[in-house]
Amino acid sequence: MSIRAENLTYVYGAGTALEQYALKDVSFEIPDGQFVGLIGHTGSGKSTLIQHLNGLIKPAGGTVYYDGTDIYSEGFSLKELRSKVGLVFQYPEHQLFEVDVFSDVCYGPRNLGLAKEEVDQRAREALKQVGLKEKYWDQSPFELSGGQKRRVAIAGVLAMDPKVLILDEPTAGLDPKGRDEILEEIRQLHKERGMSIVLVSHSMEDIARYADRLMVMSHGEKVFDGTPREVFEHYRELEAIGLAAPQVTYIVHELKERGVPLDEGITTVEEAKEAVLGLLGSPLGACL
Amino acid sequence: MIRDITLGQFYPVDSVIHRMDPRTKLFGTMAFIISLFLADHIGAYVVATGFLALAVRLSKVPFSFIIRGLKAVMVILLISVSFNLFLTDGQVLFRLGFLKVTREGLRMSCFMGLRLIYLVIGSSIMTLTTTPNQLTDGMEKSLGFLKAVKVPVHEISMMMSIALRFIPILVEETDKIMKAQMARGADFDSGNLIQKAKSMVPLLVPLFISAFRRATDLAMAMEARCYRGGEGRTKMKPLRYDRRDRLAYGFCGIYLAVMAGLRVAL
Amino acid sequence: MGIIKASKLVFDYIRRDENENIEEVDRAIDNLDVDIEKGSFVAVLGHNGSGKSTFAKHINGILTPTEGTVWVSGMDTADEESVWEIRKRAGMVFQNPDNQIIGNVVEEDVGFGPENIGLPTDEIWRRVDESLEAVGMTAYRYKSPNKLSGGQKQRVAIAGVMAMRPECIVLDEPTAMLDPNGRREVIRTVRELNQKEGITVLLITHYMEEVISADRVIVMDDGKLVMDGTPREIFSDVERLKSYRLDVPQVTELAWELRKAGLDIPAGILRQEELMEHLLPMFQERFPGTIRMGDLS
Repeated sequence: MSIRAENLTYVYGAGTALEQYALKDVSFEIPDGQFVGLIGHTGSGKSTLIQHLNGLIKPAGGTVYYDGTDIYSEGFSLKELRSKVGLVFQYPEHQLFEVDVFSDVCYGPRNLGLAKEEVDQRAREALKQVGLKEKYWDQSPFELSGGQKRRVAIAGVLAMDPKVLILDEPTAGLDPKGRDEILEEIRQLHKERGMSIVLVSHSMEDIARYADRLMVMSHGEKVFDGTPREVFEHYRELEAIGLAAPQVTYIVHELKERGVPLDEGITTVEEAKEAVLGLLGSPLGACL
Repeated sequence: MIRDITLGQFYPVDSVIHRMDPRTKLFGTMAFIISLFLADHIGAYVVATGFLALAVRLSKVPFSFIIRGLKAVMVILLISVSFNLFLTDGQVLFRLGFLKVTREGLRMSCFMGLRLIYLVIGSSIMTLTTTPNQLTDGMEKSLGFLKAVKVPVHEISMMMSIALRFIPILVEETDKIMKAQMARGADFDSGNLIQKAKSMVPLLVPLFISAFRRATDLAMAMEARCYRGGEGRTKMKPLRYDRRDRLAYGFCGIYLAVMAGLRVAL
Repeated sequence: MGIIKASKLVFDYIRRDENENIEEVDRAIDNLDVDIEKGSFVAVLGHNGSGKSTFAKHINGILTPTEGTVWVSGMDTADEESVWEIRKRAGMVFQNPDNQIIGNVVEEDVGFGPENIGLPTDEIWRRVDESLEAVGMTAYRYKSPNKLSGGQKQRVAIAGVMAMRPECIVLDEPTAMLDPNGRREVIRTVRELNQKEGITVLLITHYMEEVISADRVIVMDDGKLVMDGTPREIFSDVERLKSYRLDVPQVTELAWELRKAGLDIPAGILRQEELMEHLLPMFQERFPGTIRMGDLS
């Protein structure tokens, strides 16, 4: 179901000398089944923005529509909204509290007032979805490794059976392998369950690999919104706001400036390799 | 709400009061608090107001910032004022249904209200002008004599200082965990008392775990920086009395004497 | 012997049940031999659980070896007499910026270490001034640490270590919780300290971009040292790095992929300029006259 933000504005410390805009007139629509990357440096307003999408904070101006209904209108059930728009916070393992993994994952669906069988069913599915082996299910979540804890926490949100999944830097602090595994699982959720995904990340490389669309926030404003290749074209402007395009974009741009007829929209190593080999011809011939 | 508490916050400007020795400020605050409990006449409150106004003025902290600290004690303030207002016997001024307001009650509640407000403002001035570290240093030094009877003065003051540093961090963390659980359908507001208490478990458990994790990390970081208790430690900012401190002691002493005198005379 | 030397180092995490019986033994470091030269910038790579943090904690005596020995400036870390001297000489910066700052004001935090070792007041001030200057945080000296960004907090932590006048700084994933700007800020500071002050740096990380300018890279896996060499040597073997659950910068990966496809590009390309140096002549051969070599205006 689509989410539409309309002129969202949020102010910290309203009415004091320290008044500061965390969000300024931000509008966008996320249609069903899209994979959106959200990027911005710390303090750019991206965390504030995602907390509006499931009604955790109330905007000073503007509103959010879920499936056409204003989520801040009277009688709208925010609890129900939160089951449809799942939000995974940064370092989500810090919210675990139950004695065993399975019960922790049950917490969300139980809050929705579902029957016990349904709750268990959803918890099992969610744990399978994040690839946590069954032998861990009755262990204490605090005895698992960092990557496993994070999976349990993500499963806790998935068990709510959301249609939209928002993740705030789900790979922070993980090593490269752990990062790739989590991102791959998110991609699967998107592909197989048709979930819309909003992925907040610091890594342009990850966004380039996974997202259909990229929104860039800076100082509370949405400054770019388009496909990753469209946005990375503006790599100089991205740098000016303290961000950078993936390294491979720089290589492609330099080659291009030096006269190599390359497609400027290349954003991944894979694409760059294909393009370069396409032009130079692979000495190893057709097998590649 | 928790963010509104100005007690324990430091307001960084340079003023005479900021530069005073924390022990002087502790003494001044104590003197002021005692004086408030001595005051039972309008004249005494006039003197106390003058003293407080002078302190506020000298501290260079904006008055509007100081009174923000009152928000946190508003409830206690209202309760104690209304108790005194309605529950004091004496000459009845007027009645509101079954409640009656007496002349004595009015007087008592005004004084009680003023006393509480002044108490908060007075102690806010101390915390706003003294960094928590100076404050704990001041306490450590003033209470140093307790070491003789095996009170771990250094450890207590170090703990206080660390607690002050971590309060804002834990407040933020509470907010975050609360939101994370709300995103999983938690409801912290409705239900009866037992349900509410139960709903706090998913908030408190992660909070405790996080606090313990931070404590372990911090202990390790402190050890790595050669911390081994108060023994053999020197001070970056050793406490030293200055001319202004001697003046302040004198002034506070005179003030206290005047207040005591007023108590006896009026 | 270098400034840090580990010989046949073994460390076991031992879990005991309520009756103090050994329940589980987890070998975090397995027969590690390392020798680190004074003044060098050494990066230690490895995935989570490879033993790199456990190794770091041995260097200033937070952990002591189960077997084997670690020496810092010739002192055995297991020797209780010298542990405080070792901690002065080998400072440590940890991952979580919030959980290692003790002071409520930046300058007071930097002074915490010198206070602990009982220096006279004016010497503490001298060192605090110097250290804040060295990490570029003088302008923030009166601020509360809570008001700083993650990168700034880590620089304060580094200043706190510098104030002990160490010979060596061990940084245990100092950038893992920071955003890209904070990461750059911290790495720049560390590199400057290494170059200007000659401090030996041991940087533990899993961000590959951070190790490119190191003098030496050590890769750990499963508690063992598995690769050891210059960044170029290490990044020559992309496949091996991947087998240790690590990845490489995009330039290195692209160069390696092209090399694998048969292009004449050497292994271990680390920077964009190097890749260009090899790619451009190929393009020029293919599209004569259209390729611009040399500086781009």
